Amino acid sequence: MLEVEQVNRSFGAKRVLRDVSFTVDGGRMTGFVGANGAGKTTTMRIILGVLSADSGRVALNGSDLGDADRRRFGYMPEERGLYPKMKVAEQIIYLARLHGLAPAAAQKNTMQLLERLGLEERADTAVEALSLGNQQRAQIAAALVHDPEILVLDEPFSGLDPIAVETVQGVLKERAAAGVPVLFSSHQLDIVERLCDDLIVIADGDIRASGSRERLRAEFGGSRYELHVSGSAEWVRGAAAVEVVSIDGGRTVFSAAPDAAQAVLRAALDRGPVVRFAPQEPSLAQIFREVIQ
Amino acid sequence: MNGYNNPGFAASAWLVAEREIRMKLRSKAFLISTGILMLAVLGSVLAGGIFSSASPKMNVAATGAAISVAQQLPDLKITKVDSVDAAKKLVNDGTVEAALVPSDDAPTGVEILALDSVPQELVVALSSPPTVHLLDPNAMNPLLAYFAAIAFGIVFFMSAMTFGTTIAQSVVEEKQTRIVEILMSTISVRALMAGKVLGNSLLAFAQIAAIAALAALGLSVTGQGELLASFGPSIAWFVVFFVFGFVMIAALYAATASLVSRQEDVGSVTSPVMMLVMLPYILVIAFNDNPVVLSIMSYVPFSAPVGMPMRIFLGAAAWWEPLLSLVILLASTAIVIAIGARIYSNALLRTGARVKLSEALAR
Repeated sequence: MLEVEQVNRSFGAKRVLRDVSFTVDGGRMTGFVGANGAGKTTTMRIILGVLSADSGRVALNGSDLGDADRRRFGYMPEERGLYPKMKVAEQIIYLARLHGLAPAAAQKNTMQLLERLGLEERADTAVEALSLGNQQRAQIAAALVHDPEILVLDEPFSGLDPIAVETVQGVLKERAAAGVPVLFSSHQLDIVERLCDDLIVIADGDIRASGSRERLRAEFGGSRYELHVSGSAEWVRGAAAVEVVSIDGGRTVFSAAPDAAQAVLRAALDRGPVVRFAPQEPSLAQIFREVIQ
Repeated sequence: MNGYNNPGFAASAWLVAEREIRMKLRSKAFLISTGILMLAVLGSVLAGGIFSSASPKMNVAATGAAISVAQQLPDLKITKVDSVDAAKKLVNDGTVEAALVPSDDAPTGVEILALDSVPQELVVALSSPPTVHLLDPNAMNPLLAYFAAIAFGIVFFMSAMTFGTTIAQSVVEEKQTRIVEILMSTISVRALMAGKVLGNSLLAFAQIAAIAALAALGLSVTGQGELLASFGPSIAWFVVFFVFGFVMIAALYAATASLVSRQEDVGSVTSPVMMLVMLPYILVIAFNDNPVVLSIMSYVPFSAPVGMPMRIFLGAAAWWEPLLSLVILLASTAIVIAIGARIYSNALLRTGARVKLSEALAR
């Protein structure tokens, strides 16, 4: 388990992180979402030790992180890059060796990973000669080659074509299923929604919400219901303890406590046929809007 | 999980150094320019050998008692003839340049016959020169000193610039391609910088050692062993000073280059360092006969790798002077590395506009 505790950081007079605390549990995919400039990249850089925190600590399984622990991290920075003139396999092997792998293990892991990512035919091509999509795959290989014990990925899906997104999702899920804590940030809320078990929302350097997706949904999604009746639904406005969000002919969305919602359903059945009645699952985008307000 | 062996500082730095060397050896431009440099060194040594041994023997005719006199003189090709007339004939038709014939009048017992000019070499060879006492027997031939100055200056300048620029480009390449963030999250920034300095220093030393070996080999093959003996100690000291002086310059190149993010800016940001490398080269050529300037140069850390070997070559340095200068150089190298590492680690993540030096030193 990775713990970030009370981390603060300023650049000059600008305070970019305020008492940032959260945990990333083993075996779970944790999505890290926030607007541009909210502090995601700075937080990740501090976790990796690339930047230092002004105060606070980052701990792994209860003890402070040292450089030796960080070698076992897999990191994919937001700003991608590999040596353009080095061959793909040579480069990945080099990075694996820097992470502390013996030459034979570095070679074996690299070849397995390139095959898994569909890059094995490009192993001896210079990175600069690869297509953009393949460069991204090579980048992912660089983050995974040393079988990291923790993965921290800054925008791993940006710039990937849809097929590559599928591949990478698959690889990350495998790692999480093997017990590796995975922290990833993304602007693509639909991917985060599909992929993550836990969610951390950051805005202006503040952690606004964190926890499992279901809990956040319950906490911030409110309890909305969707009702579709054959006649007009205008009467719902008059129902007790109900707040109407929208009414469009026979369709309405309202928020209410479960009892009040059941009362609305009964009233609707008394008036005529009900086409549809369902609790409305808030999308991540909705939660996100709700949380950062 | 996979048998991590947790490489320490040295192992990480060595991995980085190894990559630097591998990539440099793969560069055709580097291999070709090294080849040209080697050929130039070998060529100049061989040319020097040919010019110094080019003293053709003089054709001289001799007769009678003069034959034994002629045989005692060096560098003569002697044609023995029967009579003075036969000797005159050979001089007249140009077969020989001069003739030695017996003479009762002359104190040496021989006289010289020549056609239209006095054969100076022969006259000098036959005269008994006055005894000469040199008051400064160690003073070098000024021409030789000048060539030594150029040689030390140019080798230092070329190597420092070639490999300094390589470091600078390699630092900016990592910044420009952003791979630096992956590297920084894996190994310490100091190990990264140490590896770069180490890799390029090793290449520079190998090149210098190869040049020195080639020059020594050339000198002994062409029979200029005497010259080799007089150069020997200064070349040895040059290598020692170069090792530490180059590490200092390499650290400066790495630190200054880390301030910029694009290859186009490398030239302008590293130009102050290039000045420091160029200055000793210019000074040693202009002032190789000025003991005061040379003495100062031999203690200033940036010019010591050129100045001190030059003074050793001229025999102008006491035994303790290179040691003192080396201590000064070592201390300044350590300080420069400390400051350089600070600039490097502070500026490395800041891409975009050029980082101000004061900001890079601040945190």
